Amino acid sequence: MQIDPKKCVACSNCVPVCPMGAIYVDPAFNRATINYDECVECGTCFRGMSQEHLNPTLVRAVRGVAKLFRFRFDPEPDVCPTGAFVMEDLEWPRIARRVFSDPLVEHESTGITGRGTEEVKTNDVAQRVSVGAVGYVIAFGRPGTGVRFHQIQTMTMALAECGVMFEPKNPISHLMLDTRTGALKEDLLNEKILSAIVEIKTTTAEVERVLSTVMEVSGKIDTVVAVGVSTRCDENGEDDLLAPLLSELGYSFERAKTNMGLGRITNVQKEGQGDQHLASVR
Amino acid sequence: MTNTLHRYGKAPDFSDDYVVFAMPSKGNNDEGSLEKLKTFLTICARHNPSNMGASGQSSYRPSRSLNPGVHWSRDLSPDFKTVIDGVKKTGTAGAVFNSKEKAVACLQEVVDQDLGLSVNISTSVEGAKEAGEACGIHRHSVEYSLGFSDPHDRLPRGQLLELATMCGHGMVAFSFAQKMVDMVREGRRTPEQAVATLSRFCPCGVYNPSRAMRLIEAARTHQ
Repeated sequence: MQIDPKKCVACSNCVPVCPMGAIYVDPAFNRATINYDECVECGTCFRGMSQEHLNPTLVRAVRGVAKLFRFRFDPEPDVCPTGAFVMEDLEWPRIARRVFSDPLVEHESTGITGRGTEEVKTNDVAQRVSVGAVGYVIAFGRPGTGVRFHQIQTMTMALAECGVMFEPKNPISHLMLDTRTGALKEDLLNEKILSAIVEIKTTTAEVERVLSTVMEVSGKIDTVVAVGVSTRCDENGEDDLLAPLLSELGYSFERAKTNMGLGRITNVQKEGQGDQHLASVR
Repeated sequence: MTNTLHRYGKAPDFSDDYVVFAMPSKGNNDEGSLEKLKTFLTICARHNPSNMGASGQSSYRPSRSLNPGVHWSRDLSPDFKTVIDGVKKTGTAGAVFNSKEKAVACLQEVVDQDLGLSVNISTSVEGAKEAGEACGIHRHSVEYSLGFSDPHDRLPRGQLLELATMCGHGMVAFSFAQKMVDMVREGRRTPEQAVATLSRFCPCGVYNPSRAMRLIEAARTHQ
């Protein structure tokens, strides 16, 4: 992301808008400036702010007069008055920042927008997590902190040592050199992104070990980690396995994403495909 | 994608926060899903949602060419029609309701329509379970949020977390939520203006203006 200095009027509206706090008004030349190393290319400034296309010279003159008389200039807080943001074309490895930070960018590895996969949101159709299995979504960097790939690698390598299975279609798994070690591509390691999700699957027997590993590693990496744990309910919609186990281990869970079981396969199935899905339960 | 799992709060805080979303599964039921997603959103719109979105377009959205005159008369109401008409590619479509009753009424109609898409509710664990039971359906799967692990004290106080995490993709900055709270406290913006402004930053349309209004009203008199 760049700010066109010819257009910027240093209104500072964009400064609090940046989730990474990467924008500031540089007093040396009185223009909004982006800390390029901290910017995660999420596009919040470019896309989230409305744009006017006012004449920069005129706006600077009006603001200068108001400032001279100490008048409070009180524009709409989510507007860039001159449309000064420029979304530039990015090259590898920096482009990974946009792919993992801008929610409107589709991941090649999953074919969907966002940082994870369909998880259990389509479990009624895809049967990704079966009864007795546990799915984990380990999110890094949000809210509001961001994360570098080397921090994620610290977690993936620790999880790999536990012998977990990484979800193959997940964008982070896609960047692994070897899923047996959890090592990520080296040229990415210092890139900062807004967030990423590591997805793994185990049996219920491994929940305690995996969660304690996640919590232990969370203390070593300077970011925020959020964990989601999923399972399939029984035919009565009850979860008598995972929820009691989590409570027993001392984890509290106030919120959940709940799949209501309304999905079914409707695509025309090619020969030999999808037999395992036909048992999908309404 | 919507990413609503890790909204900050305790179960009672989600009594006015029910996100209902539909999603096709790639390779399983995505063929012909565009029209079904539009039908889903049309159903949602009938039950007075607080916000909705699909295809990266929210019922509150920024403008690429804003007329300067709007500084004095900006539209604060959600625009559902543009969201429904704007569904151009398959993916997640979602709406957020400010009561269980509305969410149940919407879910019941979705059940009756039998669209064949996966439908999820993101709210408190019990709230979603009860909503399903009210419609005569059982949960298929559940994903619990274990909350945030923040051993390095990177996160702000709870009120700002509640406001910011309603965009699960992190597009609502803590500093911007704080600015909106401050503008309301200073009498420079109304709560309605502040929540509409915050909502415009969430491109998925699942930011909850009703809950944000409650939080900002509370913050106005007591920080």
